[in-house]
Amino acid sequence: MKEKPSKGASARSSSNLPIKLGSEIIVDTLIEQGVDTMFGYLGGVVLPLFDKLYDAPINFIIPRHEQGGAHMADGYARASGKVGCVVATSGPGACNLTTGIANAMMDSVPMVAITGQVRTSLIGNDAFQEADTTGITRPITKHNMIVKDVKDLQPAIREAFFIAKTGRPGPVLVDIPVDIEVTQCQMTPFNGVDLPGYKPKAKGHHRQISMAAEAINKSEKPVLYVGGGVISANASDELRAFALKANLPVTMTLLGLGAYDQTRPESLDMLGMHGTAYANYAVQECDLMIAVGARFDDRVTGKVKTFAPHAKIIHIDVDPSSISKNISADIPVVGDAKYILTELTKEVQSRARKEWFSKIADWKKRFPLRYDTKSPNIKPQYVIEQIWEATKDRAIIVTGVGQHQMWAGQFYKHTRPRHFITSGGLGTMGFGLPAAIGAQVAKPDALVIDIDGDSSFNMTMGEICTAVQYELPVKVCIINNGCMGMVRQWQQLFYGKRYSKSSLQNPEFAAVAEAFGAVGITVDKKSEVKSAIDKMLKEKRPCVVDFKVEREENVWPMVPAGKSLEEMDGLDIFESMA
Amino acid sequence: MADTRKGRKMKHIISALVQNKPGVLAHVAGMFAARAFNIDSLAVGRTDDPQMSRMTIVVIGDDKVVEQVRKQLAKIVDVVKIQDFSGKEVIARDLMLICVHLPPEKRSEILALAELFKAEVVDIGQKVVMIEFAGPEEKIEAFIEACRPYGIKNMVRTGTIAMAKFNQANGSESQ
Repeated sequence: MKEKPSKGASARSSSNLPIKLGSEIIVDTLIEQGVDTMFGYLGGVVLPLFDKLYDAPINFIIPRHEQGGAHMADGYARASGKVGCVVATSGPGACNLTTGIANAMMDSVPMVAITGQVRTSLIGNDAFQEADTTGITRPITKHNMIVKDVKDLQPAIREAFFIAKTGRPGPVLVDIPVDIEVTQCQMTPFNGVDLPGYKPKAKGHHRQISMAAEAINKSEKPVLYVGGGVISANASDELRAFALKANLPVTMTLLGLGAYDQTRPESLDMLGMHGTAYANYAVQECDLMIAVGARFDDRVTGKVKTFAPHAKIIHIDVDPSSISKNISADIPVVGDAKYILTELTKEVQSRARKEWFSKIADWKKRFPLRYDTKSPNIKPQYVIEQIWEATKDRAIIVTGVGQHQMWAGQFYKHTRPRHFITSGGLGTMGFGLPAAIGAQVAKPDALVIDIDGDSSFNMTMGEICTAVQYELPVKVCIINNGCMGMVRQWQQLFYGKRYSKSSLQNPEFAAVAEAFGAVGITVDKKSEVKSAIDKMLKEKRPCVVDFKVEREENVWPMVPAGKSLEEMDGLDIFESMA
Repeated sequence: MADTRKGRKMKHIISALVQNKPGVLAHVAGMFAARAFNIDSLAVGRTDDPQMSRMTIVVIGDDKVVEQVRKQLAKIVDVVKIQDFSGKEVIARDLMLICVHLPPEKRSEILALAELFKAEVVDIGQKVVMIEFAGPEEKIEAFIEACRPYGIKNMVRTGTIAMAKFNQANGSESQ
């Protein structure tokens, strides 16, 4: 391996760049890498860095807890498509970031986390606020490194950004001991990065693309199965052109929602455990499945052995390790979705597939998503439907994790990429509010609504204070059923209605919001739902609306864990409501 | 399509060229643990390039598991190149030091056994002999079995290292 030019002694001595402190180098390199917004929390070993951030041209948001900071960087990255950047101190600061980092890892979100570390001479001594940050975060980052020589500082930060945003995006952590921050070093020019072990593939193999096109052209009953990878690749336009030209029905994973306009007739909406019946039936009957930027998660496949039993599988993904991990692919295509979809569109032909589409139309007619619209109680689905009616496709919807998240996936029509932000892979309760704050920072003029659960909201609601401090007008709609709804649903269905520990006492959320300096609204009558939403939308300040919904509502349909997709429960309930 | 690939669990040798940086071994070992892959042996050493190390990993699993191992290894940023020797002709060697009890009456017998195996006696104590033996795994196993009746006091092995033979298209594969 050749020495990197940026690290070479000759490159250093020949450059006329100034000598600066490590802390200044960090700030300058972040700006060089395009950072204009950061999230993070102070602490002892990052004080030199924060001293340089004092007058840096970076919009800095301080959360109330480092986990919130990591989720904010995550929400910021998903809403903007840029790399989210978060800073924390050593020890507890770094440990508190871990949930947010793991969340970004599972959902392939580009993020750079910078953590302070105790000085190099103390590492391994159990020093005050010392934790083995790179050790702790190794399995939950795409890559991490500790900088033990100030000469490596600038290359490390540049590599971090390159790795975070290329290939399958993900979080990268750079751990920087405090003595490195206060040591001087000459700056080096940016000539790109050279990582011999990291060469993400951008273009797909042309022979594989042609094979895929041929299979699509032959298929009578295809299904296009779209994941979050299409959104990370900014390939929604290409996806639409491809689906329309080849005439394909489109289903999406939870993270794929927004990649394809759900108001279009060929959308089958979400598939999987809480997917629509028509999506799951189509998957089980299709003769060809075209997976793009999706990873055949167990919440999508149900029982792997009986998943899409008649289908040939085309799997397009930028990460080779996603291919044939859970489901063997017949035609793997490794590369960037934007490139491959463009190439594929050139080679596919349109086919009517009348029989297939009429079968799908029939399923759609027989098994639409339903709930009891006549109920006098506030049904959670009703609230979400009303939010959709009031905002149509102008809102960025963010969620917590649980029943409300599934209903937000089902009953809000997602039409545009980067407008549905949710914790899919890790399923992190408490993600909603901080991620919404991050999204609002990225899109100051957008309408950002966090559809949250009462238990999820409880976990990170201190961040309301952050929204108030930075005048970020996020809207929080709490689907408040007074319990951990999804846990309660599983206990009802699979644990004989033994509701073990799934009920917590909530505060009056509206009063809490007011105490934080936000607007609080409580809704306990169905007739007040619409007006409360209107009031919320007119509000210029952060606003929390507490919808007291029916406690015992369940998310249907449901494929019980480990069952085949066609073994959905709840369709009889739908039919009884028809 | 349902996954119908059926595989037999067997040993596979994978060779990884990695950057000689702190944390790489932890990363590789951690990945194996996190993904529940079964390592039979792992040998690490420097290469002619001081910035690179070579890891030889013997994994137990079916084809599908080994394919995932290969891909997950390739995904680690500091791993530069992977070679999967499955189905290839290779020269594979293990180095062993073995201490065997050496009662005076068995002395010539044990030394003859070492000579028969072309093993080298590297140290002799009052009641024990240390023998160095390098070779393919089957021979190592055979030598261990041959020593067992005399009483093995202690033994240590490096784990397998391997290279593909020249007279074939080797299975090298860059990421």
